[in-house]
Amino acid sequence: MVDMRKDKYPMPEQDPEVRNKNYQEVALGYTEELAVLEAKRCLNCKHKPCMKGCPVKVDIPGFIMKIKDGKFEEAYQIIAGTNSLPAVCGRVCPQETQCEELCVRAIKGESVGIGRLERFAADWHMEHTVEQEEDALTGQIKAAKSIAVVGAGPAGLTCAGDMARKGYDVTVYEAFHEPGGVLTYGIPEFRLPKDIVKKEIAILEKFGVEIMLNMVIGKILTIKELLNKHDAVFIGTGAGLPRFMKIPGENLNGVYSANEFLTRINLMKAYKFPEYDTPVKIGRNVAVIGGGNVAMDAARSAKRLGAENVYIIYRRGEEELPARLEEIQHAKEEGIIFRLLNNPVSIRGNDRGSVTGIECISMELGAPDDSGRRRPVEIKGSEHMMDMETVIVAIGQTPNPLIKSTTEELKTASWGGIIVNEETMETSIPGVYAGGDIVTGAATVILAMGAGKTAADAMDEYLKSK
Amino acid sequence: MFKIVSKRVLNESVHMMDIEAPMIAAKAKAGQFIILRIDEVGERIPLTIAGYDREKGIIKIIFQLVGKTTMHLGTLEAGDAIKDFVGPLGRASELEGYKKACVIGGGLGVAIAYPQAKELHKLGAEVDIIAGFRNKDLIILEDEMEQISENLYITTDDGSNGVKGFVTDILKKNLENTTYDVVIAIGPLIMMKFVAQITKAAGIKTIVSMNSVMVDGTGMCGGCRVTVGGETKFACVDGPDFDGHLVDFDEAMVRSLQYKEEEEHSCKLGGYLNG
Repeated sequence: MVDMRKDKYPMPEQDPEVRNKNYQEVALGYTEELAVLEAKRCLNCKHKPCMKGCPVKVDIPGFIMKIKDGKFEEAYQIIAGTNSLPAVCGRVCPQETQCEELCVRAIKGESVGIGRLERFAADWHMEHTVEQEEDALTGQIKAAKSIAVVGAGPAGLTCAGDMARKGYDVTVYEAFHEPGGVLTYGIPEFRLPKDIVKKEIAILEKFGVEIMLNMVIGKILTIKELLNKHDAVFIGTGAGLPRFMKIPGENLNGVYSANEFLTRINLMKAYKFPEYDTPVKIGRNVAVIGGGNVAMDAARSAKRLGAENVYIIYRRGEEELPARLEEIQHAKEEGIIFRLLNNPVSIRGNDRGSVTGIECISMELGAPDDSGRRRPVEIKGSEHMMDMETVIVAIGQTPNPLIKSTTEELKTASWGGIIVNEETMETSIPGVYAGGDIVTGAATVILAMGAGKTAADAMDEYLKSK
Repeated sequence: MFKIVSKRVLNESVHMMDIEAPMIAAKAKAGQFIILRIDEVGERIPLTIAGYDREKGIIKIIFQLVGKTTMHLGTLEAGDAIKDFVGPLGRASELEGYKKACVIGGGLGVAIAYPQAKELHKLGAEVDIIAGFRNKDLIILEDEMEQISENLYITTDDGSNGVKGFVTDILKKNLENTTYDVVIAIGPLIMMKFVAQITKAAGIKTIVSMNSVMVDGTGMCGGCRVTVGGETKFACVDGPDFDGHLVDFDEAMVRSLQYKEEEEHSCKLGGYLNG
């Protein structure tokens, strides 16, 4: 029986006034009962429209039917068959613009909570599966061929997981001391617990994926050297370089790139300073410049670290905010103050070189620009000051140049991204593939994963024919 | 884990260690740096590569006991291990094509300046070294420097050894009757600033090494930004070497003090400082 309830069964969440002071996960996940109820809302459409919205091609109605029947482990296995990081995707995918957007139930009411159900199945698996069962999956006979994956982020891990499942010997080279890429250094604990990331990566390792940490490719080894050791290479090094605004005062003490701010907190655990050695400075008033998911993460982190007033400063309006609706909603509930249609002009400091304020100019929306969004235009004479001790710049990242600058034959676009054949993700060097933010510029976890998957399929073809 | 093969105490606050890191040693060049993290709760800190032995697979580091991490590192002995050791990072120094060079080091900077002087000497340049210390007890690498330099000048702030005064005094004096193709200055920001002022007036190309606060060392955090010729550069990927005549040292000095309070707090809690 299909449950014709119009909206999703709500997922329990921590109270906003409690959670904005702790680092525990905000959304608590479905219970078994809630998951079964939500699964019953699925029509199990024959033509599976939702699947067309999934970059990693999860059999969505297939796993939801298993949840409906209470076969949670089977549900997980269906997802894990094509998705290397289900617990991560269930939490951070923008389902509302992917699978859920295409759900038939969304025509009259809310779509099925596909993301929530995916998360449920993955969490259930982690809680209930005993070691031995997973061990049975390992020890498969390895192919004689090996591949190298550069970067243990969403794109790299997906490519690695898929290639290991196809029977290749896979080595992942990661620059940091922890794998996960943006899942580890960027997305905060309260949105994606690091324990979940670790467990999901541990599952890949059980499939035979070997991860080498502290390896900055382009420095310790070049792509050419990797090609000598392995039969093919996948580059998933992400959009690593922070963009700054190029306004006066940006190098004052107290101005962070969102990358630095979040890395200090998430990777280096500065929220536990001095138990952990890495510090981070939080003023009473914190301005976060930008309106994307990274800006929301930075703002909500600053609030949790004790800032009294945290502002999102964004030059366009509410409708143009690029962040997911859910993130904006969560930020508002937690007391983040939105100062929209405001553009920073300069950052001011005291004689000790520390930030004291930010000067903004008010904006209004004009005609639509190339992106289809209404272009923000300065209102003359509307400059105004806001007191601030911390400024976090979250206006985007550009590709990391380390590999480009050490791999001559690798073709890149003028903005630094690696150029690939979009059907195969192959670069200008035969046997070298790339995907994720290093190809597209800063985008989402799931798009990077989709690219990793496409590359794995193409790599498999290439290696079979070699 | 990366094993500490040997350790030498150069003076009360400067230690030298050989770390087993064969893959890094195979690629390391003068001017590059590594980032290390001692243990799970540790901070990532950059240290310039003070030497390498490709055959033995060893990277040499020299560090001053100034903060929580370096003080902790100073308590480790040969046989102990460091959790994370990443490199070689940054651009290698460009040292080719010089006939006559002056390498200036201040304090711990001498440890970083020494491999550069050695490399210049190897490439056939005539090298003068000016090494400044606060007092005679802090002098390091004197014999090593003696071997590769044309003239070695040691200064101490208190005159307890060598010439009393600053490295800039010697540089000024030398420039009265000689000149250099290049001056390489490595040491406290204030020292590099004054060296650059003198060489700018004399029209001598000057390279300085910026040891900024950084997290990842691969261009990702932007914490190490330095203004060079009015443009923002990242010390980790664009440097650490920069044109000394273009660096905004005043800004760099302010930025270097960013975490002073936290550092002191952390050192006290760690039992490394009294108070």
